[in-house]
Amino acid sequence: MTNTASEPIIKIESLSKHYGALQVLRSVDLNVNLGEVVCIIGPSGSGKSTLLRCVNHLETPDRGIVRLKGEPVGVREANGYLVERPPAELARQRADIGMVFQNFNLFGHMTVLENIIEGPTQVLGTSRAEAQEHAMQLLQWVQLEGKENTYPRQLSGGQQQRAAIARALAMRPRVMLFDEPTSALDPETVGEVLSIMRRLAKEGLTMLVVTHEIDFAHEVADRVVFMDAGTIIEQGVPSEVLLNPKEDRTKQFLSRILKPDSAS
Amino acid sequence: MRTKDSSGEASERGPLTTNLRIGDVPTTKTIKATPSRRRTLSAIGGWAIRIFLVVVVLEIISKFLSADAMRWDVVWSYLFSQKVLEGVGLTLFLTIVAMVVGSIIGLVLALMKISNSLLLNVTADGYIWLFRGTPLLVQLLFWYNLASFLPKLTMGVPFGPQFFEFDTNTVITALVAAMLGLGLNEGAYMSEIFRAGIQSVDHGQIEAAAALGMSRRRSMNRIVLPQAMRVIVPPTGNQVISMLKGTSLVSIVAISELLYTVQVIYARTFETIPLLVVACIWYLFLTTVLSIGQHYIELHYAKGVNRNAPDTYLTKFKMIFGRAGQSTLITKENA
Repeated sequence: MTNTASEPIIKIESLSKHYGALQVLRSVDLNVNLGEVVCIIGPSGSGKSTLLRCVNHLETPDRGIVRLKGEPVGVREANGYLVERPPAELARQRADIGMVFQNFNLFGHMTVLENIIEGPTQVLGTSRAEAQEHAMQLLQWVQLEGKENTYPRQLSGGQQQRAAIARALAMRPRVMLFDEPTSALDPETVGEVLSIMRRLAKEGLTMLVVTHEIDFAHEVADRVVFMDAGTIIEQGVPSEVLLNPKEDRTKQFLSRILKPDSAS
Repeated sequence: MRTKDSSGEASERGPLTTNLRIGDVPTTKTIKATPSRRRTLSAIGGWAIRIFLVVVVLEIISKFLSADAMRWDVVWSYLFSQKVLEGVGLTLFLTIVAMVVGSIIGLVLALMKISNSLLLNVTADGYIWLFRGTPLLVQLLFWYNLASFLPKLTMGVPFGPQFFEFDTNTVITALVAAMLGLGLNEGAYMSEIFRAGIQSVDHGQIEAAAALGMSRRRSMNRIVLPQAMRVIVPPTGNQVISMLKGTSLVSIVAISELLYTVQVIYARTFETIPLLVVACIWYLFLTTVLSIGQHYIELHYAKGVNRNAPDTYLTKFKMIFGRAGQSTLITKENA
């Protein structure tokens, strides 16, 4: 505990997960350091979203541990066994981990402002006035001023995703998880979400991002992780993994997704 | 739009262009100049049906109004009489109690059914099977006659010692039997409505709430149920209306609700039809009020949903007779 500064904020240890007969994660190890931006890329079905969802225990791994600042998430060690944490403890841990979903998942019956203050007022016990003030700052930050009283369905996809980012930030999380945040967006609005994420990275927020945006990963990530068939094939700084991959599978994947791009 | 077509290229726009050859340019003039024979016939047919309907309805009303047995003075004298008003009050009371009891049981059953516990699933299924599978009338008679089967109500360990003991007839009065019968039966139906509503909410909403660190209960109360209400309210409105009328079954156990009250009166005066009309007027009045209330509750829970509110007669009327009809529909959504 003395060397907390050098200790990774997220430590994933030999994580395995099955869906029936299908093994989606095969003993994955991954560390994320404080302030680091890690992008996970890979073909669909490679287990990258499942890995991300294990970090805040939305998926329960079959084996392995995810530690947030050394503390196992969702489970606790008792007499050498892992037992499920009581729901209240898991909820407290989740409050520290922000998550942005592919389909935004804004609460449909609440306005943008209500969405953003819901977590702070209900979970953190922040006063409504304080939460509202913070929410207005966040809205300005994600460039949604004036949209606070709008319902999610009246917003474009890009606006919804930016509101969802503001909602996650309102909890003042230590880590942000992004699960393919631009995959459900029109090509036109992808840019506005990515530019917000770029600014978050510059602010020094720790981010774990599952994405198909290779350019974004190249530009913003401190480290790129390539996953296939439930394992990490290779990882390293973007220029190495993306421009000069060592593994054949990485080369194959990159050539497949970069080709149609350069053609169009 | 048509300027592009005038270049001479084939255009396949609209249903009326099918007979045109390539190169022909459809104009509004040609369309107007050839009114279809079929359309004229269907217009005549439409009017014939309308006139027929009006005649039939007027005929039925006139027969009903002028029938000798239809003593409107009798209807009028009983409509607001003390006894009838008390019956209306009891009918309303039974409806409210039964719906509240039914909704609570229904919500609990629905949560049991969507839980991961096999024991809870089976218990809820068993309850629904029993109460939905037997007639309400039979259930009411069963509760009313409970004393003949269980003279004492006791509470304690099954097959073991009993701690509390009550005389069944003092606890289960006719009114309690009626409330129990209606409420327990309603619970079985409400559970399915609640379950459908809860399951209609996208799972992503629950995940988002969990990711914010909300507990299951808080996520159910603040995120899931408010959105489920949009699906729950319309069929529940139906249930309330059908419950209001269903309370008339309770007359079988001599509860002086609306129907039993008028039955007692016409048993004495033999003014059967006028008194049944009194009951019908009240039932119709109450169901109308409930329908209007339901409409406004639906509007409330439709907020955040980008969909047209259900049409009312008022908006339909405006659309047919007022040119501003369409604009009222659009502004209503933003209101």
